Amino acid sequence: MTADTEAATPELEEHFQRTIDRDQRIEPRDWMPEGYRKTLIRQVAQHAHSEIIGMQPEGNWITRAPSLRRKAILLAKVQDEAGHGLYLYSAAETLGADRADLTRKLIEGRQKYSSIFNYPTLSFADVGVIGWLVDGAAICNQVPLCRSSYGPYARGMVRICKEESFHQRQGYELLMTMMRRGTEAQRRMVQDATDRWWWPSLMMFGPPDHDSPNTAQSMAWKVKRHTNDELRQRFVDMTVPQAEALGVTLPDPELAWNPERGHYDFGEIDWDEFKRVVSGDGPCNAQRVAQRRRAHDDGAWVRGAATAYAAKHSDTSHDHRGSQGL
Amino acid sequence: MIMLREGMDEMCAQGEWPLYEVFVRSKRGLNHVHVGSLHAADGEMALRRARDLFTRRNEGVSIWVVKSADITASSPDEKDPFFAPSADKVYRHPTFYDIPDNVPHM
Ligand SMILES: [Fe+2]
Ligand SMILES: [Fe+2]
Repeated sequence: MTADTEAATPELEEHFQRTIDRDQRIEPRDWMPEGYRKTLIRQVAQHAHSEIIGMQPEGNWITRAPSLRRKAILLAKVQDEAGHGLYLYSAAETLGADRADLTRKLIEGRQKYSSIFNYPTLSFADVGVIGWLVDGAAICNQVPLCRSSYGPYARGMVRICKEESFHQRQGYELLMTMMRRGTEAQRRMVQDATDRWWWPSLMMFGPPDHDSPNTAQSMAWKVKRHTNDELRQRFVDMTVPQAEALGVTLPDPELAWNPERGHYDFGEIDWDEFKRVVSGDGPCNAQRVAQRRRAHDDGAWVRGAATAYAAKHSDTSHDHRGSQGL
Repeated sequence: MIMLREGMDEMCAQGEWPLYEVFVRSKRGLNHVHVGSLHAADGEMALRRARDLFTRRNEGVSIWVVKSADITASSPDEKDPFFAPSADKVYRHPTFYDIPDNVPHM
């Protein structure tokens, strides 16, 4: 078997790359290089973890939402993020990853998630700014991934992108409401939240291209369709007019339209802060992982009870519905 | 209480919930389509979770779940000789037959 596989590898490899070059999708049981599989598992798992941990900063405000309307919206949004995590874990499993193992790696701090979720949500305006900027940046990142070469991931991204649009709009509408119909203090809350989330949102696109060694391979495999800097620029260009319409100032004195480039110029990102937060030293890293672990541990009895119930009924409930015809 | 908790953890560790594939009929008149997978203790629970996960916005009128382990699948590689028999029977397609242009409704 092993000798066989190895002998066939160049031909398989060529067929694999040709499939990708023709813009066709790789599907779960196709042959794929180990590097492709590993890269994707890491990418998809990290993305899944981000969705799951991403429930916490906003979930923090569900019980304190200012109205029933806002509460219902926030609840639906956070539930969507749970769904996104589950779509992605399911995609990771098609690559041979084990879901329980991924959860373990997350709660033991052995796999990463987006650094953005390690910042605290200090006021209800943060909920709006997260929808506007954080979900906005996520959309920028994710729309091109609907064309990822890996079928299950691409299909998951299509579902996710459809749902993200609601996330961004509810956030922006919330901020609009505070800016237009709110008090002076509420407008200050919006500006303060914008000040705190702007730079971390720009960091969501990852390190600058010259410091992103795996980008070339990921682009050749089409598991990444644009570089980090390209996407970051696209996000800045989209967001500036939204900030103007909202009436907030983005906290960057160097932000200015550059007619020659046809893009906005912006200031230097604090990459030291980025590295610090990614490597575990952000304001909320420990809290986020501890909370995820607590939720997992507290749910153990539910999982156990359901398993016991299923085992007890597996003999009797068989074929109840088997012959109803497909 | 702690004993119970530990016992259950052990049970979870041994018998992790099986994986189910989920198929959704988006509206009457259409086939069920595969939408993804999820873990559940049994079929009943898989259905409920599938509803919550895949039909939060009226995406479906009917759901099937089936244990992934129960699916028998062909190899996905299109070079697979499994599909070869269908490649060489051009006479199965209507374009194989020459009919004069002036013959109506054909
Ligand atoms: Fe999401
Ligand atoms: Fe979102």
